[in-house]
Amino acid sequence: MPNQTLRKPAISISPEEYKALAQKYTPKPTFTKNILRAFFVGGLICALGQVIINIFSGIGLTPKEASNAGTAAMIFLGSLLTGLGVYDEIGKFGGAGSIIPVTGFANSIVSPAMEFKREGYVQGVGAKLFTVAGPVLVYGIAASIIIGVLAYFLH
Amino acid sequence: MGLKRAGNQTVLFDNPPVILSSYAVVGPKEGKGPLGKTFNSIWQDQLNGEKTWELAESKMLQEALQGSVKQAGIGKEQIDFMLAGDLLNQIVSSNFAARLMALPFIGVYGACSTMALSLALGSMLIDGGFAEHVLVGVSSHHDTAERQFRAPTEQGTQRAMSAQWTVTGAGSVLLGKKGGGPRITSATIGRVIDYGETDASNMGSAMAPAVADTILNHFHDLQCTGQDYDHIASGDLGTVGLALACEVLKQSGVDTGTEFTDCGVRIFDSTQDVHAGGSGCACSAVVFAGDLMQKLKARALKRVLLIGSGALHSPTSALQGESIPGIGHAVAIEA
Amino acid sequence: MFHLIFPAFIVGGLICVIGQLMMDLTKPSFTPAHVLVSFVTGGAVLGALGVYEPLVKFAGAGATIPLSGFGYSLAKGSIEAVEKRGLIGALSGGVEATAVGIAAAVFFGYLMSVTFNPKG
Repeated sequence: MPNQTLRKPAISISPEEYKALAQKYTPKPTFTKNILRAFFVGGLICALGQVIINIFSGIGLTPKEASNAGTAAMIFLGSLLTGLGVYDEIGKFGGAGSIIPVTGFANSIVSPAMEFKREGYVQGVGAKLFTVAGPVLVYGIAASIIIGVLAYFLH
Repeated sequence: MGLKRAGNQTVLFDNPPVILSSYAVVGPKEGKGPLGKTFNSIWQDQLNGEKTWELAESKMLQEALQGSVKQAGIGKEQIDFMLAGDLLNQIVSSNFAARLMALPFIGVYGACSTMALSLALGSMLIDGGFAEHVLVGVSSHHDTAERQFRAPTEQGTQRAMSAQWTVTGAGSVLLGKKGGGPRITSATIGRVIDYGETDASNMGSAMAPAVADTILNHFHDLQCTGQDYDHIASGDLGTVGLALACEVLKQSGVDTGTEFTDCGVRIFDSTQDVHAGGSGCACSAVVFAGDLMQKLKARALKRVLLIGSGALHSPTSALQGESIPGIGHAVAIEA
Repeated sequence: MFHLIFPAFIVGGLICVIGQLMMDLTKPSFTPAHVLVSFVTGGAVLGALGVYEPLVKFAGAGATIPLSGFGYSLAKGSIEAVEKRGLIGALSGGVEATAVGIAAAVFFGYLMSVTFNPKG
């Protein structure tokens, strides 16, 4: 028969105990595997970038121009592979190895923009291009200005 | 007439409402899972010809709702209320599905616990004498949930090992005052419990205490134990949450018996790369409407306790660093 | 053709390992966006301190393709412009030096977003 006493049943575990328990049961990232994969994928992407820079140097660009053109080419590749639906698979495998290079930067630009196209070309694509690129540009440019000002006064 | 209540938070139905029919629609990945054969309809891709994932989700819900009405063999005009919910902002999938169904509509939000919550509410409407037939449906969609709660699907990120995979699907049941079929005998409405988990990629850990609390109270309110059920299924705790809920219950002195499992653990297998299991409103809904209902109808299972589990956070609250409140709602179903 | 390829592989790989450690050892709320911002800012600071320059000379693309290289270019451009044009250079130098990358990212990003649809 249903019993009519009110309140009492509550799980007997304190938030601190639960936190420890949750930590015990939550699987940890696979460190060694992640690091090895990040190293190889990141290294390969950078080596590919170097090959492209070498080709640009070979056709007569100055080292600075070749480096710039190489960066642009890698951004193109990263964007294209994101559009083709390949880069998220590389990212799942390579982790930071595919996030840190400029190809990953391009991925972080295309992936939200492409997905929000259904919300329109201005408030969807246009705005979402900068979901990750925005913060990167804000902090990067701000840092460069502060560094420039410091350089001016320290000289 | 006395209150149809037992203990702190359980309602008992004098005339247990009957589950007249059930219908489950899922996406391709779920269809390839171990429970694939138990679903009524499997979509070949995530869009199924719709313009957006959001519309696809709503269409999926419509298909499930219409499917269960058709199976029950009653006219739409005999349905008094439609109860539905999903995970999207302002529960648009349900609103849009309700627009087409043109039935008196009650939108329900209980995050991933919405199926269990709607079953409880629908049963109260029927046993309370407010309705003869109540149509219940919920949906979730992997891609709509990813873009609302996490990252764009094409962003190359690694998912945490504790993360779960939102089920693409929709489940629906039609409840009736009389007729043949499994009956809902009692329901325990859960309390919101928060043990301070802030990691949105570890929902199982956020919801486990709430599920444990609801099970504990259900047993206490009805003076029963795990042995009284052949099958106890939580909604979408995943492997991490299920292990935690078992441990919390053990420490609180509750024996759940042998048959305590989780719909999120069952819907995918380990080769499907979903990490800790399935999640989303549809997770418990399609497992219940498919596998569990088939077993109940065949009397392979006689007493089932379904505990829908929900994580009641929003993308905003997560960004602001708030912890994730959890909830669990239990419904007892007898064949 | 094979100039610098091996050092680029090693240094680029190691820089990415630092990023991986940052993600795996921090809370999950530290997202890839946080990692990228840290790398740009970190690269700018290391560039200003003159630490990053030798790495670029040694490893080429291994140091310029990771996003820390973008930060390095921003800082280097800013300092060089200040030396040539005074204080106004602090505002113009960084963006000037990285204009190719920024414009390429915006344009190619837009192009691909408009051309393709997400697979889910």
